[in-house]
Amino acid sequence: MRQNLLEIKDLHVMYRTDDDQIYALNGVNLKVELGKTLGLVGETGAGKTTTALSIMRLLPDRVGFIQRGEIYLAGQNLLKLSEGEMRLLRGNEISMIFQDPMTSLNPIHTVGKQIAEVLELHNPELKKGMIEAKVDELMEMVGIPADRKGEYPHQFSGGMKQRIVIAMALACNPKLLLADEPTTALDVTIQAQVLKMMNKLKEKLKTSMILITHDLGVVAQICDAVAIMYAGEIIEMGTVEDIFNNQQHHPYTVALFGSIPDMTQKTDRLNPIAGLMPDPASLPPGCRFAERCPHCLEICRTTSPRVVSKQSHQIKCHLFTGAEGLRDQDQKTRI
Amino acid sequence: MDVPLIQTKNLKKYFNNKTGSLHAVDGVNISINEGETLGVVGESGCGKSTLGRVVLRLLEPTDGEVLFAGESILSYNRKKMKDMRKQMQIIFQDPFASLNPRMTLSEIIAEPIKVCKVLTKKKDILERVFELMKTVGLAERFVNTYPHELDGGRRQRIGVARALALNPQFIVCDEPVSALDVSIQAQILNLMMDLQDSLGLTYMFISHDLSVVKHISAHIAVMYLGQCVEMAATDQLFENPSHPYTRALLDAIPIPSLKHRKEINVIQGEVTSPINPKPGCRFAPRCPQVSSDCLLPGLSLQEIEPDHFVACTLYQEQER
Ligand SMILES: Nc1ncnc2c1ncn2[C@@H]1O[C@H](COP(=O)(O)OP(=O)(O)OP(=O)(O)O)[C@@H](O)[C@H]1O
Ligand SMILES: Nc1ncnc2c1ncn2[C@@H]1O[C@H](COP(=O)(O)OP(=O)(O)OP(=O)(O)O)[C@@H](O)[C@H]1O
Ligand SMILES: [Mg+2]
Ligand SMILES: [Mg+2]
Repeated sequence: MRQNLLEIKDLHVMYRTDDDQIYALNGVNLKVELGKTLGLVGETGAGKTTTALSIMRLLPDRVGFIQRGEIYLAGQNLLKLSEGEMRLLRGNEISMIFQDPMTSLNPIHTVGKQIAEVLELHNPELKKGMIEAKVDELMEMVGIPADRKGEYPHQFSGGMKQRIVIAMALACNPKLLLADEPTTALDVTIQAQVLKMMNKLKEKLKTSMILITHDLGVVAQICDAVAIMYAGEIIEMGTVEDIFNNQQHHPYTVALFGSIPDMTQKTDRLNPIAGLMPDPASLPPGCRFAERCPHCLEICRTTSPRVVSKQSHQIKCHLFTGAEGLRDQDQKTRI
Repeated sequence: MDVPLIQTKNLKKYFNNKTGSLHAVDGVNISINEGETLGVVGESGCGKSTLGRVVLRLLEPTDGEVLFAGESILSYNRKKMKDMRKQMQIIFQDPFASLNPRMTLSEIIAEPIKVCKVLTKKKDILERVFELMKTVGLAERFVNTYPHELDGGRRQRIGVARALALNPQFIVCDEPVSALDVSIQAQILNLMMDLQDSLGLTYMFISHDLSVVKHISAHIAVMYLGQCVEMAATDQLFENPSHPYTRALLDAIPIPSLKHRKEINVIQGEVTSPINPKPGCRFAPRCPQVSSDCLLPGLSLQEIEPDHFVACTLYQEQER
């Protein structure tokens, strides 16, 4: 049987601001198998970061609340743990690369010192000399000459800071790595280097990963599974083959793929998905994508669709909730 | 021939570092015609942001020239420079970090207008704010919201509106869409192209993403470790990428299809340090086509076809 390292069930998260209640996650179901990488994609505001912060139990104090749901790491419900127990897991079993690198960097210490600290914490048996050698190795692996380890974060470019944070996260040898848009500030050559490092970690230590990204090219390259998120729900999920090769998809997934600028084609204007995601403070009844959906049916505006699945492929859309359901994978007609 | 709106001559910015002099920008010559966009791409840390800041004189260059409409702005005194600044604005990558979280949208957009005292009456300022909001596609009802209440796309529209507030001619866009997802990226890029058409703006558009730059730029400059290694009209660069680094950059673009899922290709070789760099080509240690010539000093941009320049020994004609 396949083993799930992480399993999220019916997760609801709300942010309370001065005058609004923002429903950021509305029943998220997700699982990550041992040693596999799940790509979590979706528009800005979909709830990707909120999902990761919930797993870390690092939602902003007195603002973000987990209202309902369960999060299991290797069978243990994280939501039942005390803050002290959680602190032991963070940085050990679970490690997160934050969207903003300065969340994890201390401006008053050199980057070399900060990487060394992480290494010491996780490898108490290592001698000082070994630690220094490992710091050099990690820096070179993310493409920064090791002779710059004596510099402070402000002396590095945006992308270089991000790479240092990646080096620190990988130094922890975590069981679960949550990477929140780790390569958005990087050019493709450095990105390739970083993705390769992450793959090595996966092979060597069977690390499971959630890779939050808006780059479907990156997903195609290194993910095993994909979950597509919209307005706080997973609207489609499956293996990379399901998402990239199958013919049937949630209309939002189709729109998302359609908005990628095509490098091989000459176009003057790009094709953003028309319309906006619904305001998370007042979500519509029914399907959240209905407003923008080219295939919207009457039922879509009133009733939230159930999840229809075929093997590993799941879609939450009324187009497939009829008796027919999802077709077999080898049929090649487009929706 | 027309004078370019922006031109740099042998522009250099060195940072003094504990272990030596860091050559962040090292002899860059670019020019941008009025109403056009120059895309600047290159590896993370190669000096793109530094170049943008030096061109605007937000950082003082170590050496070289920056010309605006043919006039050197480096000799300008503070007062003259302050006037000049109205013509030259910047949009940053992270709309969140660059917007003051305690100011409302209208306060943020109005700030440069107030600072430069372009308008003084409250009513006029507010009118201008609404006008700018309309220009960038922000609904009037957002006028009193705070940046954290808005999504990334709208936040970046505030950044654009603020940059437009003083009617600049030239805007440095430092990774304005990198933090946004593809759909919102497309919206902002379309907006910026529309503004360019209607207002005749000139952009220096910094990005690490070639597919983004391709859409908006007439010309592209490819940088590697502080230097410009290739410069061409956009179509030419994509049809005939000539510097080995440019080719590597194009090859590494991940394609959203499983047909191309393969062993990830990484450029081999050690990364050259920008601190006290040795003479010769800085890409040489990683270049698949390296030869002993590459270690010689004196490499410069050569025109290999009209409007297409490359700095690489493969194309150097003159004696070194
Ligand atoms: N601290 C907060 N207070 C109030 N609302 C918040 C807060 N953090 C997030 N939100 C809201 O919750 C929703 C989900 O946000 P989240 O950051 O999880 O999205 P995301 O998918 O990570 O987006 P992005 O791609 O822009 O990073 C959004 O509507 C956002 O505005
Ligand atoms: N204030 C500073 N002090 C010292 N060194 C600096 C400073 N700012 C930048 N540098 C160095 O200058 C070089 C170029 O940095 P810059 O920020 O211009 O790169 P970039 O091309 O914009 O990179 P990115 O794509 O990651 O944003 C880097 O090696 C960086 O470490
Ligand atoms: Mg996020
Ligand atoms: Mg930069």
